[in-house]
Amino acid sequence: MTDDTPRTTVRMTVNGEDVETTFGTHKTLLEVLREELGLTGTKHGCELGECGACAVEVDGKPILSCLLMAAECDGAKVETVEGLMDDARLHPLQEAFADLGAAQCGYCTPGFLMTAKSLLDANPKATRAEVKEALSGCLCRCTGYQQIFDAVLSAADKMGRA
Amino acid sequence: MMRAPPLRHVFATSVKEAAHLLATDPRAMILAGGTDVVPNLKRRQFAPSLLVSVKRVDALRAIRAVAGGGLSIGAGVSLSDLAVDARFAKAARALRSATAQVATPHIRNVATLGGNLCLDTRCTYYDQNLEWRQAIGYCMKAPKSSGGVALRDKEDCICWVAPQSPKCKAVSSTDSAPALIALGASVVLESKDGERTLPLRELYADDGMAFLTKRGDEILREVVLPADFQHWTSTYWKLRRRDSFDFPVLGVGAALKLGSGGTITDARIALGGVLSAPILVPESATLVGKTLTDDAITAFAELAAKHAKPLDNTDLEFPWRKRVTKVFVANALKELRGDDRASMGRLAERAVVG
Amino acid sequence: MNPTNWNRDPKNSVGKPRRRVDARARVTGQVRFADDLSLPRMLHCRLVRSHVPHAKILGIDASKALARKGVKLVLTGEHFPIAYGVLPVSHDEHPLCNDKVRFVGDPVAAVIATTEEEAIDAANDVVVHYESLTTIATPQEALATPEPRIHTYGDSGNVHKKVHFEFGDVDASFAGAAHVFDDTFFYEGNTHLPIEEHASLAIQDPEGKLCIWSSTQTPHYLHKALAKALAMDPAHIRVIATPNGGGFGGKSDPFNHEIVVAKAALMLGRPVKICLTRLEVFYCHRGRHPIEMRMRTATDKDGNVLALDLQTLLDGGSYGSYGVASTFYSGALQTVTYTIPRYRFRGCRAFTNKPPCGPKRGHGTPQPRFAQEVQLDRIAVKLGKNPAALRLQQLAQPGSLTANFMRIGTIGLGACIDKVVEGSRFRERWGKLPFGRGLGLACSSYLCGAGLAINWAELPHSGVQLRLDRSGEVTAFCGATEIGQGSDDVLANIVAEILGIPPFDVRVVTGDTGLTPVDLGSYSSRVTLMMGNAAIQAAERARDLIAKSAGEKLGVPASRLVFANKRVFDAQDPNVGMTWLEALHRAESDHGTLGTVGSYRPAAPAAKYKGGGVGPSPTYSYSAAVIETQVDPDTGWIHVEHVWVAHDIGRSLNPTLVEGQVIGSVYMGLGEALMEEQVFRRLPPRLSNALVHKIPSILEYKSLTSKDMPDVTTYLIEDPDSAGPFGAKEVGQGPLLPMMPALANSVFDAVGVRVDEIPVTPEKVIRALEAKSKRYGPDEFPTVDWPEPLKVAPPWEGGDGTAQNEKPRKSKIAKDGTRIVTP
Repeated sequence: MTDDTPRTTVRMTVNGEDVETTFGTHKTLLEVLREELGLTGTKHGCELGECGACAVEVDGKPILSCLLMAAECDGAKVETVEGLMDDARLHPLQEAFADLGAAQCGYCTPGFLMTAKSLLDANPKATRAEVKEALSGCLCRCTGYQQIFDAVLSAADKMGRA
Repeated sequence: MMRAPPLRHVFATSVKEAAHLLATDPRAMILAGGTDVVPNLKRRQFAPSLLVSVKRVDALRAIRAVAGGGLSIGAGVSLSDLAVDARFAKAARALRSATAQVATPHIRNVATLGGNLCLDTRCTYYDQNLEWRQAIGYCMKAPKSSGGVALRDKEDCICWVAPQSPKCKAVSSTDSAPALIALGASVVLESKDGERTLPLRELYADDGMAFLTKRGDEILREVVLPADFQHWTSTYWKLRRRDSFDFPVLGVGAALKLGSGGTITDARIALGGVLSAPILVPESATLVGKTLTDDAITAFAELAAKHAKPLDNTDLEFPWRKRVTKVFVANALKELRGDDRASMGRLAERAVVG
Repeated sequence: MNPTNWNRDPKNSVGKPRRRVDARARVTGQVRFADDLSLPRMLHCRLVRSHVPHAKILGIDASKALARKGVKLVLTGEHFPIAYGVLPVSHDEHPLCNDKVRFVGDPVAAVIATTEEEAIDAANDVVVHYESLTTIATPQEALATPEPRIHTYGDSGNVHKKVHFEFGDVDASFAGAAHVFDDTFFYEGNTHLPIEEHASLAIQDPEGKLCIWSSTQTPHYLHKALAKALAMDPAHIRVIATPNGGGFGGKSDPFNHEIVVAKAALMLGRPVKICLTRLEVFYCHRGRHPIEMRMRTATDKDGNVLALDLQTLLDGGSYGSYGVASTFYSGALQTVTYTIPRYRFRGCRAFTNKPPCGPKRGHGTPQPRFAQEVQLDRIAVKLGKNPAALRLQQLAQPGSLTANFMRIGTIGLGACIDKVVEGSRFRERWGKLPFGRGLGLACSSYLCGAGLAINWAELPHSGVQLRLDRSGEVTAFCGATEIGQGSDDVLANIVAEILGIPPFDVRVVTGDTGLTPVDLGSYSSRVTLMMGNAAIQAAERARDLIAKSAGEKLGVPASRLVFANKRVFDAQDPNVGMTWLEALHRAESDHGTLGTVGSYRPAAPAAKYKGGGVGPSPTYSYSAAVIETQVDPDTGWIHVEHVWVAHDIGRSLNPTLVEGQVIGSVYMGLGEALMEEQVFRRLPPRLSNALVHKIPSILEYKSLTSKDMPDVTTYLIEDPDSAGPFGAKEVGQGPLLPMMPALANSVFDAVGVRVDEIPVTPEKVIRALEAKSKRYGPDEFPTVDWPEPLKVAPPWEGGDGTAQNEKPRKSKIAKDGTRIVTP
């Protein structure tokens, strides 16, 4: 990046807080979250939309932050894994992922969590098939997915009862 | 980390403004969902100076009835929205099946119909990083010096898929096009000079580089389903290795208008993923007047598969893809006849959604 | 290490399913992976990589790059004259290529700049002049093309390594056999594809020393490689292994980019970071070797194996990596599953102009395991036996020595087979399902850590240090690396079990050569067993100190004290006791500051012949699996309906994690069985020398998505082995191994064709269905000029583990403690 690299300023809401940030216009939301805002909970595995590690929620929907030009996010509401907890309390999905072994290396976990959060917000009674479908944009090389499905369904169950 | 090259970004507030910006800067490019453009930027397949965002053009996200019975779908409607839209549940099921199977749920949340129709052609020699393409001495579709502009007279302009070919063999990989061609859709293009409407199939040319007949300064504004689309029955079969992420290595869009006693009164069968353009099988009309007997289906599938010219530049081996073309065309017609997909094997079960 | 009976019967946390101790960080995005680290004044590094497969470097012009704003330094091979490598016998890599490049992707120069964007642009401006050499694309080409040599060392020409062993008179067994089976197989290469791309951050620390954070599975080997390649005192180097975002063996080598950023940081006095792109991760590779195999088996009339004769030809790629070990491993473990009275193994690894192959989950053994288990299926079919019965009738015996002198511990394989056979109703359904549906069975075995270290030093393989704080917190230090498998939890669990405190009261500090005692690294399924035993020793020493003090105070013999529920009490009267904290304070007051150490080194192997160092392990794990598939006859499409898998874990320390490893192995094995391929593209030779990775992207290198993964039924077989901590064996690798043959066998049961090649794809199924032979696979094994065999008599033929025709070997201990053995 040199001095004449075009730059852009956006205002957005990240995890419920207003932020204004200026960055090289070529950057995607992934780069702005990690490099400008220090939110390194969002991961990257390809930067081309092929793995799902960078999934975050934008305006209520799970999207891939590596494919979204940050300049497009002016006015957007962005939720990342850093905002998933309720103050110091783990989100039921986080509890279930922890208890049921749904996170092994943990690298793909933030993407899975944010995707599952969007799913359960929209569809609290999601079936196993719906969970599989909703998570089909995130790759995990450790778990074989089974414990992830179990965790999402278990969290859905608990959230339904709460 | 893979990074896009330096560029500028601007929000257009209307199609008209976007068209004006495209006309002013030949290196400007439309940014809709960006799910196809952004990876290509990062791989340096092209380097626009300006991205003209249509995100704030609300008109592009409208779905409205057209006088006379058709339906207009704004090019900016997201694939997720299309995949669950009840208006396409029956007759235009091909569109739902196609859009529901593009890439992944995350990508469909952002990707637009217009973007999928204008999807860059794909090739395992082309969809690679700059460094990788340097190692093969580049190719016709993305020569070293191009910066996105194809130069056919340069030494490095070879198509590695078919080195003798004067034309690039990159593959049309849009799911929605074969579905919409089968449905008889047309598209409206707008530029600063005005607008024009053409049948969707005429948007495409069988050339991996010049695969769109749309001019660079034209914007695909809307897709129009014909007045009688509610009277058709349709389906879309997608072939891919995995049940998510993958581009189609074959797409079969099939739409029939059935008369009394199951006689076919009109038919459109389209293929995607087998050439540089999606095609309407020219023999579609030969089905008219027939009923869907096993023999008629087999005979048509043979004819249709002859048009599939897969090559060694996508996933899965090409002779096999050609073989499956026949199977899928036949199965799509059987499905429209009312056969249960569960009787057609495991591959059939996952080839259609909805 | 001899765990006591007390240890064999865990009372506290061991054996109970629960969340891992580091789970919270993992589900809150707070694990700091290497690329998450950032420091003030940090610079960014980008490597310039060769775009030609094989060439001499004539010159490098970095002037244009250096002239760019923001560029601080360009490094080339001249800065790195010293070679390194993970195995002492193949120090054949330079951080940046010195004279020649050996594959597309070999690093030639490095650009360090203030932003990654500047580094990328500047790297594109570095011009390298090459003189092309003949491209060698396959092992067959390597055998036929001794010149030009890719390396100037190795057995001959472009052959890196050839081995030949004969355990007993194999030819005599074949001559007297009732049946002889002779099959050829090919197993395509594949790669780890960790979702985390490798990253490293190096600094010159405030004292002027080197510190590097890196996504490595083996900080100890990186430490050694840095010291050697940078000619530095290892006491001035600190390697911190950041938690790996997936490893699977792919981060087990010391890598060029790690050494490059270390050098740059030392030269510039500023932090230097690199994070590889996905393309570069494919170039790092070190994954599964493509292997051609010929397996001949002699049996009696009942299908009992009399002798096995295996040949393997490995495509090694361009560097040694772990390849010599891989070559041995492609034959070493064929004997530990079933009784094999006589065995001949010939293995050859060739250099080719492709990214180097190395260890991936199962290291060298999935390929011959595939051949063996598919051939057993053929034997069963030919002799009209049920494949489960054929295996059960000839299982290896617990506590025995094999023909090649592997010492076997407990064997839970019979129970594994019974479980999956019962779960899948294999006996009732195999061979009887309608056309298009099939069941396949396969078994396997794997190491629980290599019995012999890479560097043959008589030093512990793993060390654990405990610090017992007045607060009640116990800190466990160990060099093992958390790569997602849960090794930090294993460490906390074992210490907690022995001291009777919750695992969450144990702080673990791992993978930091500046703080933790050496552990050789997270590879070869060694950590649970080796670190676990070291942890037991350290914790028992601490327990004994505390018990002594507590016992004196309570008037109870120390041996009668129980440590549980954060209390220390009399086993005979639980009311007589004290809190953990009181006991701790009493012990500190008696003994001074509390700290203990434990270490572990495996017993000497029984195999004493040259090459016998690869294969021995303290014990072996066993697995069995049945896969049910549906195969569409018109397309060859393979749909996996269900997987039943049983794993002999010895003892399950934390069943939640064990089950996760089993299912994860099933997942990765199915990926290999069905679609994962690290394959290369040669352009028409008249137009180009190019030899490139065909599909270096996560999109085109196919791995199973959530929708492609079948449901898995898991059985854990617990038959504690005295070699393992609380009897535990490995689980990270073994359950992967039966997947590929079980899948191929189920395709046979479904549609009656043999695909003798991995992956088994729909295209190959169709070709097999259309072939007269009803088979798809290699027709013959390439001709290899094998050396004379090393002859070792099996134990039951009077052998003592030495070779009858081997010259005595000399060994010496090098400065760094490494034992160097010369033939």
